[in-house]
Order: sequence, then C-alpha cells, then structure tokens
Amino acid sequence: MIRSRLTAQRLFALFLLGVVLFNFPVLHIFNRGGDVFGIPLLYAYLMVIWLVLIGLLAVTVEGGTD
Amino acid sequence: MLQGWVIVVVSLVYLGILFAIAWYGDHRADTGRSLISSPVVYALSLGVYCTTWTFYGSVGRAAASGVGFLPIYLGPTLLFALAGFVLMKMLRVAKANRITSIADFVASRYGKSQLLGGLVTIIAVVGIIPYIALQLKAVSNSFSVIESYPQIIMPASVAAVPLHQDGALYVAIILAGFTILFGTRHLDATERHEGMVAAIAFESIIKLVAFLAVGIFVVWGIHDGFADIFAKAAALPAMAQRSGGAPVTPVAYGSWGALLFLAMFASLLLPRQFQIAIVENVNPGHLRRAVWMFPLYLLLINLFVLPVALAGMIHFPTGVDADTFVLTLPMAHQQEFLTLFVYIGGLSAATGMVIVETIALSTMVCNDLVMPALFRLPFFRLEERSDLSGLLLTIRRVAIGVILALGYLYFRIAGEAHALVSIGLISFVAVAQFAPAVFGALYWKGGTRDGALAGLLVGFMVWGYTLMLPSFAKSGWLPVDFMSSGMFGLDILRPQSLFGLTGFDEITHCMIWSLLGNTVAYAGVSLLRAPTAREAHQAAVFVSGNIEGLPVWRGSAGVTDLLPLVARFLGAEKAKAAFAEYAQHRGVFGINGLKADAGLVLFAENLLAGAIGSGSARAMVASVVEEEPLGIDEVMHILDEASQMRSYSIELEAKSRELQEATTELRDANARLRELDRMKDDFISTVTHELRTPLTSIRAFSEMLHEDPDIDVTERVRFLGIIVSETERLSRLINQILDLAKLDSGRGEWSVNTLRPGEVIREAADSMLALFHEKAVSLELDLPDPGPAALADRDRLMQVMVNLLSNALKFVPKSEGRVSVVLRVTSSPDMKKIIRVSVTDNGPGIRLEDQELIFEKFRQGGDVMTDKPQGTGLGLPITRQIVEYFGGRLWVESTLTKGACFVFTLPLHEDDNIENK
Repeated sequence: MIRSRLTAQRLFALFLLGVVLFNFPVLHIFNRGGDVFGIPLLYAYLMVIWLVLIGLLAVTVEGGTD
Repeated sequence: MLQGWVIVVVSLVYLGILFAIAWYGDHRADTGRSLISSPVVYALSLGVYCTTWTFYGSVGRAAASGVGFLPIYLGPTLLFALAGFVLMKMLRVAKANRITSIADFVASRYGKSQLLGGLVTIIAVVGIIPYIALQLKAVSNSFSVIESYPQIIMPASVAAVPLHQDGALYVAIILAGFTILFGTRHLDATERHEGMVAAIAFESIIKLVAFLAVGIFVVWGIHDGFADIFAKAAALPAMAQRSGGAPVTPVAYGSWGALLFLAMFASLLLPRQFQIAIVENVNPGHLRRAVWMFPLYLLLINLFVLPVALAGMIHFPTGVDADTFVLTLPMAHQQEFLTLFVYIGGLSAATGMVIVETIALSTMVCNDLVMPALFRLPFFRLEERSDLSGLLLTIRRVAIGVILALGYLYFRIAGEAHALVSIGLISFVAVAQFAPAVFGALYWKGGTRDGALAGLLVGFMVWGYTLMLPSFAKSGWLPVDFMSSGMFGLDILRPQSLFGLTGFDEITHCMIWSLLGNTVAYAGVSLLRAPTAREAHQAAVFVSGNIEGLPVWRGSAGVTDLLPLVARFLGAEKAKAAFAEYAQHRGVFGINGLKADAGLVLFAENLLAGAIGSGSARAMVASVVEEEPLGIDEVMHILDEASQMRSYSIELEAKSRELQEATTELRDANARLRELDRMKDDFISTVTHELRTPLTSIRAFSEMLHEDPDIDVTERVRFLGIIVSETERLSRLINQILDLAKLDSGRGEWSVNTLRPGEVIREAADSMLALFHEKAVSLELDLPDPGPAALADRDRLMQVMVNLLSNALKFVPKSEGRVSVVLRVTSSPDMKKIIRVSVTDNGPGIRLEDQELIFEKFRQGGDVMTDKPQGTGLGLPITRQIVEYFGGRLWVESTLTKGACFVFTLPLHEDDNIENK
C-alpha cells in the first residue's frame, strides 16, 4: 500500500506531529479559558487540529505525487 | 407509541435486517463476488471500535470532564498514521502464517507456543468480560429508559430486579444466539466471516447517522447552534465550581497522555480490532483508504458529544444520568421517532461490539485453550476420532455462550458501581498488556517465549491487583479496607497508590506500573538465554518478513499421513481441495504426486493453523511427522544464507533497474538525434529548392538579354526589373536563413533591455506607413500611453512587428484593407501578468488546418499548387522564435474569409526603470 519510502516517512512525520500537537507542552498553550466564535478554545483547537491531521493523512496516502 | 412491545419488535426487525445483510454477504462470498471487497467497507467495519461506550458513555464523560473523552479517539488516529509501518507489517505476517487471532499471533511468533497462546487468551477473556458487560448494561438501560416514555425515569438498580424481568438477560441470550448463527456457520481455514463484516459496516453507518441526528437536533433543533449551548452552559452553577469556570475544564496532562497511548494500543490489540483489521482484511491495499477514513469516522461520531453533554446538563440539572442524555434529550422534547432511532443506534453499537468480540474470543478460547487441553486429556481420545470439525464448531458455540454468560454475571454483580467509560478503560489497560510482546514480535528478534510469558504475567498481575481487585472492592466483593491499607496491611502495597505513587487517576496509575513491569520482564527474561531454533526461525519470519517456508525441521511425511490429519479438522472435501490446489501450485499432477518433503509438512501445518491455531497445529503435525529438529547453529546458518541471498538479489535488482533506465535514456537520445538529422536534411533540400527558384528566373532573363541584342528598350527594362527584384528576394532569403540558423543554434546576438513595447510598435508602424499609403490600406493603433514595460531586444521586437505588419499588408485587399494593432495587459492562465499584442487584418483569413502550419519553415498558407507563393516562408517561424525567446507565445486566430488576427504575448516587467537608449 505504501508506494514509496517517501510516503512512509511522511506518514511517520504526521504521527510525530500528532503526538506533539496533542500533548504537553503544545496543548498547554490552548489549555485555558477563552473562546473562538463562542466555542471554547481548547475544544476548538483539538477539533481543528484533528481535522487538519486527517486531511494531511488523506492527501499523503491518496496524493500519489512521489 | 413507545410501549415495550413496540421497542422489542423494532429491535428484532433491526436484528433481522442485520442477519439478512450477513446472509447476503456470505452468499456473495460463496459465489466469488465479495460484498466487502472495498476500502470503504473496510474503513466502516473498523468503526466497530465505537461501542455503546462511545454512543452513550462519551457524553457522560464529557459532562464530567469536558474534553476528557477525546484521547480515546485521537489515539487511533495517531495509530493509523503509523499504519504504513505497523499494521502493514502485521497484515503481511498474519496472512503468510494464517494467523487467526491475537493469541495466535503472539503464540506463533514465540515458537508456536501453546502455553503463550493460552495465557494471551485468558488475559483477553478476563480483560474483555467487563467490556461485554458494559454493552449489556447500556442496552438494558436504554431499553428501560425509553420504555417509560414520556416520563424520564432512571433505570432501577439491577440488584432490585428479579432475574426473569431483567432486560439485559434477554439481550444477552438473543445476542448469544445471534452470534452463534453469525460466526460459526461453518469452519473456514482462514477464519474469515464476510457476511459478518458486511453487517458490521452497516451497523457503523446506522450508529453514526443516529448520533449525528440527535446531535443536529440538540444543537439546531433545541438551541441556536454551538455558541448558544456553550454560552448557556457557562452560566450553569455546576460550571462555576469547575476550575476556570469554563464548560471545558483544563485537562491533566498525565492522564490525557496516558489515555492517548492506551487508546492507540487498544485500537489494534483489542481482539475485535485485530479480527476486523487483520484477520478479516480481504486486501491489504484497503488499508490505504482506512488511514484517513477511519479517523474521519471517529471525528464525525464525536462531533456532537460535548454539545449534547452540555445541553443535557442545561436541561436536567439533577436526577438524570449523563450517560442517557442522547436518549433523554429527544424524549424531553417529545421526539418519539428520534428517540427510537437513537435507541437503535445504541443497539447497533452494542451488537457490533458483542458479535465481533465474542467471535474473536471464541476462536481464541477454542484454538488456544480448549483444543490443547483436550489433546492432553487421554479421556477424550481425540487422536482416534476421524472428523473433528463438528467438535470445533461446538466448542466455539459453547464458548460464545459462556463468554456472554460471564459478561452478564459481571453486569449483575459489579456493573452498578461504575460509569460506562471506566468499565471500558479497565479492558483497555488489560489488552494494552499485549503491546510489548506484539510490537517486540515485529521488531525485535531477541524476544523469547519465556520473556513474553514473563512480561504478560507481570503485566496481568499488576493490572489485576491495581485495577480489577479495586473494582471488586467497590462492588462489595472484597473488604474495602483492602483498598485503604493494602495487602497484608502493608501501606506500600495499597492497590491504587502502589509503592507510594500518587497524583494519578487509577487508570494512569495502573498503566504506568503494569506496562513498566511488563516491558522490563519481557526484555529482561528474553535476554537471559539465546532464542531456540524454533524461536529464531519464527523471529526471522516475523521481523524480516519475507523469509517464507524455510524448512527448519528436517523430516518428512507423505500425503497419506497429512491429508487424513487435516481432514479431521477441516472436513474431507475441503482438505482434498486445498491439497489439490497446493499440488497445482507446485506443478504436480494430482494429490498423490506430491513429494513427501518439508514444504508439504509446512503447508499442512499452516492449513491446520488456520483452523486450530499455530500452537495446536504444530503439536498435531509433530505427532505424525518423524522429525529431528535442527540445532540452533544450523538454523542460524540457514537464516544467514537466506538473508544474504536476499540482500544480493535486492542489489542485483537495483543494478538491473539502473541499467534498464540507462538503456531507455540512450534509446531516447538516439531517436532524438535521428529526428534532428532528418530535419536537417529536409531543411537543406528545401533551402536549395527555394534558392534555385529566383536563381533560375535571374539566369533565364539574363540569358535572354545576353543572347538577343534586339530586344526593345521597354522589354529590356522590364526584364532588368524582374532580375533586380528576384535578386532582392534571393538576398532576403539568404539573410533570413542566416538569421534562422543563428536563432536555432542559439548564437543570435541579443541586447535585452527594459523597454516599452508600445513605443517599439509605434516606431515600426511609422516605418511601414509609406507602404500602407501606397496600397491605400488603413492602419489603426490602439496603444496605452505610456504603456507597460517588458524585457526585450529592441531591434528584434521591431523585426517581429515589421514581419507581422508586412504579413498583414500582403494579404489585405487594395484600398479596402484595414489593419489594427491593439496592446493590452492581461493575465495568463497561470495568473501571471502579461502583455498581449494583436495584429488584426481583414484579409482572406487562414484555414483552420493551416493555422499551425504557417509557423513551420518554408510553409505557407493556401493551396501550394494553385496560389502563387508570397514571401519566403521564413518570416513567421523567425518571428515565433523571437517571441518565444522573450518568454512569450505567438499564435493566430482566424476563420476563412473573415480575416486573421496574429497575437503575441510578452511577460510584463513590473520594474519601471526604463533605460532610454
């Protein structure tokens, strides 16, 4: 399924990116009160990063520009 | 409308639909047109990860802790980013070795150990039973909640309900029957259930749509969107007590991170996840789509969890369990159908989990626990029975019943003490104990059976002591002072702050100690001794991947020994068919032609492994094969040779690929050279031809003048005029050929400056004005002042304009001719600013088929046979070369009889420093 080493490396990089973004200390930046458009900051941050990560995964495996 | 019998009927109809789908899926699989051979179905079936815990429990957890429910779903997202490494490798290994469960996987890797398979099975069964209890609890709770519609009454304590009135009992019985029908219809050598997977994918859709429906209803039906809910929730008195006072309380990083990794492990190591992701996978390529589709599924099903939880807290300040908010919110607003639909969604979440989990567990119990035991007990005399496939199915059916009965028992006894989520987390930590042995299996050749046994035992014991026993204590099974004072009254052994470790919640606490002990024991004990021959062989198969079918055991057995053995487990027909296929694969005619060699033994062993697990298969084959095991030195020798050969062949492949690439390049270059050579020949012959035409006419007229002195003066002048004009044409032709040769070879002299093309156009037009007047043709210029700048050679640009203008002048009719020049700044298709110059005439136009031809050397528009050529046929090619040198394009737009429009573009130069030269 993984057509090239490059794709595999990109996926691994996305894994590391996710681990960093979903954990201390980056999480700490958003782990406080306040909101964006009425949505609590932490919740909005997690959902948006999650969606972005899924998007990047999709582009990486489906893109096929190696 | 929501009376008890309606709900029961609807539930049964739903289960009927599931069964129909499963039946149809199996039917399609039998006829070879698989229903589940699609990456989308694979991704959906992975959604079995989302159980009632997700469906009801997440809302409860969100109500208690804000975003605390999310790591359970972020973890699998991260794991699937790793799918390319871990899952892909597992899939390959599992397919090659006919692995049928996670117990089989671990057992097979560490030397096909029956002991290890048994231990993994016990851990899985003990660990998963609370999780199954959780599903029963959720279904029976949801049933009793909506049964009392329109009143909202929380379900009574189970202990107060007599056995025959307990809904969960009936749920358990129906699910057991259902799973038996689903999962053990026939015995398959690959342990795959296509119909079941199709039904699970369908259930994933139902639960997702149901949750989205209730989410949309709560957010936009009851409230005015997300912001409205968050604003109202912030005003609740309960929120004021939380730290920060916000609806989303800050998370504790320790338990957050622990849950993240816990969920990462669980989404692969839970028996049902392993079953769906690895065993039921029909095509490894499907994993690619699942990498992003499964996380997307998780995101969607969690989108409304927090809003629903907060809305529940707004509507029911007290008295309603947060785990039931998805049901009670629609109920409070008299939405009968929505309530029923949500209930069905919850039912689908529960049934999906229970079906897959019990099928996976029953396979493990049968292959790794019961069969090895039966073979050891002489009482059963299994060796003498001819067909065991019926026995295997019976064991599995009984196992399913027993597992569900145990789940129900746990629910009756301990279920009340916990919320849905904390029950599930207990199971998660239990299966996380497989992580060191499983990941070590794939990446570390040094792991041994003893190491894996030690690691699993230590991890399992710590888990039992710090998590399972306290949960019993809370349910009143054990004295509570065991919790507060520790075993033997030793304070240091208090289960939930072992060795004085405090400051973590119970899950994180247990995870730290159990996985630490597990990993240390696994690695430490593994390093005590070198792997045995069998372990080393399996390590090579698992870690290096490709070394398949290495005959490590000397010794042989013929078809006459092996076929009856396999037939006893698979049935005679299936066994014969499999052997026949293998014979064909080996290129032998008929089963009896198969040689009695190690390959055949290995084939039979793998075939058996699919039905009874690798450990039992090894034991069975060993009983009929006379074999002498190789020593470790010999095994290592064989493995070394094999891996060396593999690396040689990889090198060789790379070399030959390089060679092939070089050959292709050379061939291309050669073809290009030939083409150029041919073009050069063409060019020379055309040029010679073009030069000969004026030369012939000059020579003819000069000879006439030379030989006949009597020609009168007017004739003489006319002849001389022709000679002069032909000479001019000749020299023009030669100039242009030289020009073209220079451009082609790239030796043209260019002095590129920043200039305004508008000025150059005006200058060119002025120089041509006399010619236009002579033919009475009007020339209109539409140029902006001062106009845009471009980088170009002034003289060459002049040449372009003169060429285009004289070209237009040549073709327009006398006295009625009109030529216009327009300059504009526009943007190109790739959004760059460009200058566009068009020269339009009202001449005869150019045929569509000639519109590209006229830019070729010596080619002219019109009919070559009838029309007299005007010009050399080199003007436009030269013009195009110049324009392209400046980075622009030149083309023509025209329709016959309606005139032609030559257009060229130049890149805009933004810098306004014009050097006036």
